[in-house]
Amino acid sequence: MNSIQSFFADWSDVIWKSIIETFQMVGISLFFSILIGIPLGLLIVLTRPGQSFENKFLYQFFNLFINIIRSVPFIILLFFILPFTKLIVGTTIGVKGVIVPLVVYTAPYIARLMETALLEVDPGVVEAYTAMGIKRRHIIWNVLLREARPSIILGLTIATIGLIGATAMAGMVGAGGLGDLAYRYGHLRYEVDVMYATVFILIILVQSIQSIGNRFAVKLKKD
Amino acid sequence: MIQLENITKEFKTKKGIVKAVDGINLHVKKGEIHGVIGYSGAGKSTLIRCVNLLERPTTGRVLIDHVDITSLTLNDLRKTRQKIGMIFQHFNLLKTATVYNNISVPLKLLGYSDSEVKQRVAKYAEIVGLTEKLDSYPSQLSGGQKQRVAIARALAQEPEILLSDEATSALDPETTDAILDLLLKINRELGITILLITHEMNVIQKICDDVSVLESGTVVENGSAIELFSKPQHLTTRKFLNTISQRNLSPSLIKQLNVSGSVIRLTFLGESTGKPLLAEVSKVYDVQPNILTANIIELKNGIVGNIVVHLHGEAHIVEKALKYFKENGVDVEELGGELHE
Repeated sequence: MNSIQSFFADWSDVIWKSIIETFQMVGISLFFSILIGIPLGLLIVLTRPGQSFENKFLYQFFNLFINIIRSVPFIILLFFILPFTKLIVGTTIGVKGVIVPLVVYTAPYIARLMETALLEVDPGVVEAYTAMGIKRRHIIWNVLLREARPSIILGLTIATIGLIGATAMAGMVGAGGLGDLAYRYGHLRYEVDVMYATVFILIILVQSIQSIGNRFAVKLKKD
Repeated sequence: MIQLENITKEFKTKKGIVKAVDGINLHVKKGEIHGVIGYSGAGKSTLIRCVNLLERPTTGRVLIDHVDITSLTLNDLRKTRQKIGMIFQHFNLLKTATVYNNISVPLKLLGYSDSEVKQRVAKYAEIVGLTEKLDSYPSQLSGGQKQRVAIARALAQEPEILLSDEATSALDPETTDAILDLLLKINRELGITILLITHEMNVIQKICDDVSVLESGTVVENGSAIELFSKPQHLTTRKFLNTISQRNLSPSLIKQLNVSGSVIRLTFLGESTGKPLLAEVSKVYDVQPNILTANIIELKNGIVGNIVVHLHGEAHIVEKALKYFKENGVDVEELGGELHE
C-alpha cells in the first residue's frame, strides 16, 4: 500500500498534466478534423460517378489527395509539414504546434471513414426522396447523413482512437501527453512504473471511448 | 394523365449500347389502374422510372397532364414530382426513423406547416391501417406493413398519380392480396391514377383496367384486361396467362384426341358465362362434349371463362356445334397438335 501511495505522491501531478495535454490535443484536433473530414467525405461521395453531383475531376483529385496524405506515416508528416504548421499557427512546438499535423493526419482518415459510412446508405431511399420532389440539399441532410449516423459515430470512434495513438509522437515537438510520458520516463529513464501506469490509463481511455461509441451507434441504429 | 411518346432509353455498357426501352408509346387514362407486365429485363423498371424522370429517356416525350416534363427546369420538375407518388419493391424507408417520421419527414421538407403535417400523417396512417404502429421502426414491421408505410408516405403528398415499381414482388401471396386491395381502395376512394409494373399475372388480374405487355423494351400487346385475358394475341401474353390458369394440354394428347372429333377452346365473356351452352349443344346436336380443363378468371371489370373441351362426333356435326357456340357469343379456337406454347 505504501508504495502505491508514494507512487501517486511522486507522479500524480506529472500524470495528470499529461492526461490534460492528451485530452487537449485529441479534443482540439478532433474538432478540426471533423470539420474538414466530414465535408471532404461527403464531397468524394457526391462527386463519385453516378451520384448527384458527379464530377470526375474533383472526385479523382480529392481521392488522390487523401491517398497521398494517408500514405505518409505520422512521424514523417509531423516534420514534413513544419513550414505549413508555422504558416498556420505561427509555431511548430508545443500543443499548438502539433494540432496542425494531427488534423492533416486525421481529417483524410475521417473522410475515408465517412465515405464508407455514406456509401452504406441504401440508394433506394435517396431515390424515393428524389421521386418525391425533395431538394438535393435536404436529401443530403435528412437521408444520407441521417441514415449514416450509426456508421459515422463508429467511424469517429475509430478515428479518435487513432488520434490518441498519434499524439504519442507529439512529444517529438514538445507537446507532451500520455504517450510522451511513457516514452520519456518509462523508456529513456527506466521508470517502468510510470510506463505501466500510463499504458493502463491509455487502455482505460481507449476502452471507454470504444464503449461509448458502440453504445451510441446501437442507439441510433434501430435494427 | 400520363402519355409516353416514343420513349427510348439507352445505357452505355462495356459491351456497347444497350436499349432498355425501345420506342414505347403508352397512354394512361385519368382514374384508371394501368398495368405493365413483362419478364425481368424487359425494361419495365426503366420505363416506369422514365415517368418521373428518375431515368431521363434518351429520346421521346413524357407528358403529365399534357405538359412535357422532359423540358421542365429542375424546380418545376420537383413540383411535378410532388404530384406523382412512387412505391418500390424494397419499400425504401428510412431505417433510423419511426413510422411517424417516415411519413412526416418528406412533408416537413416540402414545407407543410406542423399542424398540416400532423393531420396528414394521422389521416393516411389510418387509411393504410397503421395508426397503432406510428412509433415503431421499420425493422419491427413485416414486409406488408413496411409497404403500407411507403404507401402512406406517398399518399401524404396527395398525389394525382401513383407509380408502383414491383410493389408486391417481395411479399408473400396473402400480403400481396392485402396490398392490392389497398391499392384498389386508393384508386376508388381517392381517385388516384395508378401505373404499376409487375411480373405477376395475378396483380394484373385483380386490379388492372388496362394492360401493356412488355418484351425486349417494346410493347407487344396493349388493351383492356378483359381483351387480354380473353383473346391473348402475343406469345408472351399467352405465357403469362398460363402462369395463372391451365389453358393448354400437351400437343401429343391433343393429337391423340383429335382422331375422334376435335379439341377446342371455348372462351366465355360477360353474359355467355352464365349460359349452360355445353349441355344445350349436346342436346341439339349429336356430339358428346368431354371437358378436359376449365377455369374461370375474375378480373376487376368482368369474368372470363375458359373451357378446353373434346367434342366427340362426326366432323360436319362438330362444325355445326361450333357455329352454335359462336352465335351465342363464345369465342372458339380449335387446338391443333402443334402448339408452340
